[in-house]
Amino acid sequence: MLQGISLACVRGDRELFKDINFSLEAGGLMQVRGPNGSGKTSLLRMLCGLSNPAAGEILWSGTSIRSLNGDYFAAMTYIGHLSGTKDDLTVIENLRISSALAGFEINDDQASEALGYMGLGGREALPVKVLSQGQRRRVALARLLVSKTALWILDEPLVALDVMAVKLIQELLEQHLKQDGMVVMTTHQEIDLTAASTTQLHLA
Amino acid sequence: MWIIKRDLLLAMRRQSDVLTTLFFFIIVVSLFPLSVGPEMNMLRTMAPGVVWVAALLASMLSLGRMFSNDYLDGTLEQMLLSPQSLSLLVLGKALAHWLVTGVPLVLMAPVLGIQYDLPVEALFVLTTALLLGTPVLSLIGAIGAALTLGLRGGGVLVSLLVLPLYIPVLIFGAGAVEANMAGVGFDAHLSLIGAFLLVSLVFAPWAAASSLRVSLE
Repeated sequence: MLQGISLACVRGDRELFKDINFSLEAGGLMQVRGPNGSGKTSLLRMLCGLSNPAAGEILWSGTSIRSLNGDYFAAMTYIGHLSGTKDDLTVIENLRISSALAGFEINDDQASEALGYMGLGGREALPVKVLSQGQRRRVALARLLVSKTALWILDEPLVALDVMAVKLIQELLEQHLKQDGMVVMTTHQEIDLTAASTTQLHLA
Repeated sequence: MWIIKRDLLLAMRRQSDVLTTLFFFIIVVSLFPLSVGPEMNMLRTMAPGVVWVAALLASMLSLGRMFSNDYLDGTLEQMLLSPQSLSLLVLGKALAHWLVTGVPLVLMAPVLGIQYDLPVEALFVLTTALLLGTPVLSLIGAIGAALTLGLRGGGVLVSLLVLPLYIPVLIFGAGAVEANMAGVGFDAHLSLIGAFLLVSLVFAPWAAASSLRVSLE
């Protein structure tokens, strides 16, 4: 279970948000909404432990994520604005390396299968630099398929994706939620997701 | 460790980066005999200093790339969120940096030393000192690269931060060769560089990892 207790974020001398409270149960989806510059990405970076909240605390199963560190990172996958792929490596190398980094090593077959599902079949051996924006996004999102983490934190996962890919991601997220996974995401696109519980968090 | 494998693979795909560092080293070291003139005695006395200064500059040349590419494409973010210890990952990256930039310099040094008419034994001492000293350069450099990550003009800043810290290695590295040529024992110098190496192996990855966390916040 992921909990946020009176979180606040300060950028420079401007307060982006304060007193954000939420609690996310297994199988729950939290959508963070708000206009540009309202602190959605800052909130997500806090939730995944990249930055510290100016006030408040983030708890994972009742323990602060600060003191959990590695154990929390092993239970969480974050996909941000940056794709986290190396241009000079091939698609399959990227997936295998980023999975190994996240703590679970996969073999070529598992990687090809995930890439095939993401519609990148036959392109495994291409360097990522020749791919389009949408295809790079698919490579990044393929990490979700092979990950065994419970909590997914996704910052605008649908950007640059075509209709088919959006549908794929929708199925993937719903399946994850059905298996008692948790999803925290921001998106400006409309997406219908059925989940055991859905929380909407509005940042003004 | 696979992070070393990854960085070596990336270096293979971008050989130009590796070769620039090596050629920079070769050219800087070769400029001195050409400009000073072929006076054997003078060349012999300046050789250790010149080779070491060139090695410092060459290894610094590639420091900027150690983290900045990973920072720009988001893979560094993922490293911070890895369940594996960040210090170990940094250690792996520093080792990869040494394998790619340090080892070629070490291998090249005896060949360049011939230009300075160094005796065989001095060449051997020079190579051993470089072998012990260049990993220290990569490790200390990792701290500087992590601290200046994402800053404008970080390249100049990193040299100002890191070069003073290189001085002890420079003094004892060049000192070892001079001692050998003067007929004095050089063991003490090498032991001191070895000590620097051990201290930086323990301390530098931790310091660089903490700086990375600050830089990415």
